[in-house]
Amino acid sequence: MLGTGGGGGVRAGSLAAARAVGEHGPVPLVRLAELSPDALVLPLSGIGAPTVSHEMIHSEDEPKRVAEEVERLFGRPPAAVMSSEIGGSNGVQPVAWAAWLGLPLLDADGMGRAFPEVQMVSMHVAGLPADLVIMSDVAGNVVTIRPVDGLWSERLARAVCVAAGSSALMADYVVTAERARGAVIEGTVTRALEIGRATEGAADPLAALAAELGAVRLITGKLTDVARRTTGGFVRGTATIEGTGDDRGRTLVLELQNENLVAVEDNQVRAMVPDLISVVDTETAAAVQTEDLRYGQRVTVLAWPCDPLWRTGKGLDTAGPRAFGYDLDYVPVEELAHG
Amino acid sequence: MAERGTDLRIGVDVGGTNTDAVVLGADDRVIVKVKRPTSRDVTGGLRAALDAVLGELGPGAHGRVGRVMLGTTHATNAVLERANLGRVAVLRLGAPATTAVPPLSGWPADLRGVVSAGEAVVPGGHYVDGREIGRIDPGAIRRFLDGMEADAVAVTAVFSPATADHERAVEELIRSEYGLPVSVSHEVGSLGLLERENATVLNAALYGVAGHVTGALTAALAERGLAATPYLAQNDGTLMTLEHAARLPVSTIGSGPANSLRGAAFLSGVPDAIVADVGGTSTDLGVLTGGFPRESSAAVEIGGVLTNFRMPDILAIALGGGTIVRGTRFGPDSVGYRITREALVFGGGTATLTDAAVAAGRRPPGVQWDLGDISEDFRNTLQRVITAADELAADAVDRMALGRAGRPLVAVGGGAFLLPQRIPGVSRVIHPEHAEVANAVGAAIALASGRVDTIMPAGESRTEAIERVKQEAAARAVAAGADPDRVRIVDLLEVPLSYLAEPAVRIHAKAAGPLTR
Repeated sequence: MLGTGGGGGVRAGSLAAARAVGEHGPVPLVRLAELSPDALVLPLSGIGAPTVSHEMIHSEDEPKRVAEEVERLFGRPPAAVMSSEIGGSNGVQPVAWAAWLGLPLLDADGMGRAFPEVQMVSMHVAGLPADLVIMSDVAGNVVTIRPVDGLWSERLARAVCVAAGSSALMADYVVTAERARGAVIEGTVTRALEIGRATEGAADPLAALAAELGAVRLITGKLTDVARRTTGGFVRGTATIEGTGDDRGRTLVLELQNENLVAVEDNQVRAMVPDLISVVDTETAAAVQTEDLRYGQRVTVLAWPCDPLWRTGKGLDTAGPRAFGYDLDYVPVEELAHG
Repeated sequence: MAERGTDLRIGVDVGGTNTDAVVLGADDRVIVKVKRPTSRDVTGGLRAALDAVLGELGPGAHGRVGRVMLGTTHATNAVLERANLGRVAVLRLGAPATTAVPPLSGWPADLRGVVSAGEAVVPGGHYVDGREIGRIDPGAIRRFLDGMEADAVAVTAVFSPATADHERAVEELIRSEYGLPVSVSHEVGSLGLLERENATVLNAALYGVAGHVTGALTAALAERGLAATPYLAQNDGTLMTLEHAARLPVSTIGSGPANSLRGAAFLSGVPDAIVADVGGTSTDLGVLTGGFPRESSAAVEIGGVLTNFRMPDILAIALGGGTIVRGTRFGPDSVGYRITREALVFGGGTATLTDAAVAAGRRPPGVQWDLGDISEDFRNTLQRVITAADELAADAVDRMALGRAGRPLVAVGGGAFLLPQRIPGVSRVIHPEHAEVANAVGAAIALASGRVDTIMPAGESRTEAIERVKQEAAARAVAAGADPDRVRIVDLLEVPLSYLAEPAVRIHAKAAGPLTR
């Protein structure tokens, strides 16, 4: 749900997490306030090509090597693992990583959702320097990069990833709990769990989901057109939903770039990035990924507010509509709904 | 060929309820058709159906049967019931990669308990660009297999659909040193390690079932003095020789719906259509493209295990002849095979969709079913039910049509009369002759095929690479029994891949052709 259409599939990550918890026991969830100020937070994410991640699955040794390198560089081991991106595969895999490392999982992440680019994280918005990247691959290589800025961080990390077979585990913005305060989005793991609990077994999963998210229901209808193309490693396109039932006669168009970014009806924007827009199955309330959108699906589009950090000037510069090439001034979804 | 006297073909489809058999002549016309209940041991129904068609053909016809094509649920049942499955040593070539999710993760515990003789992830496999992840380590493979009690071995290497060398080398090692049958993943599935590995393990576990089916079929033919060549139907609507089926038994899973679709295309003469197979409990909708079933793009679950077979894209809805009507609602439950006792038109006490259809004036051709004296209120209620059923069918047709209107709908199966004569988005509704045995007809007319799914560089050598893939697919079709002179490429799919160092494309090719005479 928090992947807003992107973020990658969660199946392999869920299997890895289930097995790791089975072998090593439950992973404690800790709040930032529970960590000592100088405790090291280890933000982790898997990066690479989706086709590769379905075929060449991660090695369970990758997080260990990254953690060892952190200890070598900082003189002490990390105290907690953090998901860099709660939406999609990088939201589920950290449970396995934390279990293997014997560390707690921090109840926070760097996005509160999914975004396609490395610099689109809260730590960057909060002004933390992108001066250290540690990567590990399936072969056991460990690469430490000291980039001069975020642009070089992205460029070098991607080159290493390709050389490693288009799959790697990456740690960036390794920081103390003290510096993480205000630079990470707190409570997002709890949020994900609550979404699951609210919808599982609910008599009306869609109503339960919308209530849990505090979401605006943009439309309920049928997918009548999906236009997709792959350019520069990203899936771009549009999805058209024609209203059914009470929404008959209305048409909503979604702009997609890996994630659902902008929702338009009658030339009026109804919701836009960085607010979250999810397409869900009307009957089951299960989220539908952009690559799985198909003509004829009966879906409902939900939109709800992003973390306030994304609504700051730098937040919008980093991941607002213009960062994705849309010539739009950001208006919060709740204002559009009541406007 | 008719002068040699083998101008007849028998198609048999073993379904959950009935075993259907047809005999086709040299001109592809249906000469004989029978339905027999599927027996508990499954092969009993096959023998009964064979005896019935041979009886109708009369003495002297035995020698004219050149081929027998069998579509069967043996393999599906074995997996669903966890019965007659072999124990499989599960070997993955990929270490140190892929250890985060070991083999058989996520399998139902009972199935894993029955099937697994042990699992290991050993060095081997390739990166997406063709480099080795690790060298094959024969010592590690021997340590895993020595002393293990297994009926077969399943070998899955990372990126084997693109680079199969390691799987082939390990297969050779195991065959020569351990004498065990080996299932290699590049012959079974496409990209997606866990799903392909699952399918490969199921395939290896089904070797015993495959031996039983091919043995029973061969024996049934011999007992009846039939010198016909036997074939098995697979899930893409094509046939394989018994030798091929013995190696790929898992591909018989899902052959029923595929046969139905192919049979519908053949009987109606329409290669591009929506097909609705209306049974007693449900209606299966599929799509024909160029005479073949459209395949599902989603992962397919079999017995609780996720696989990536290319299965027909089927949408099942709770609309069948025996579907129970309550007030103005219906289903999803059905009176099933008890319909001839329980439905109102047969004098029973349960209102079914068959009764609602009769109330709306719809009947199978040539029958005189009547509801007798019913109140005007009840007649109106049944009319509302059939309107709702029509809406459900129209909705399902729309989902399967993917926005392409104007194709006909071919209605097959015993409950085809339930459908209305006009369905939105459909040019016309066709009820072909022999529609009730479309699945057995589909088996009898099936072609032999071969497929390849791999990754190729997208550069200058692309055209040449695609040509090689097409040739490989054709060679596999010939290996499955196709006539080398009449094999053609029926499906070619190119998907550009993202996030890679060198531009690359994923190519899927399928070749098919009539059986060698």
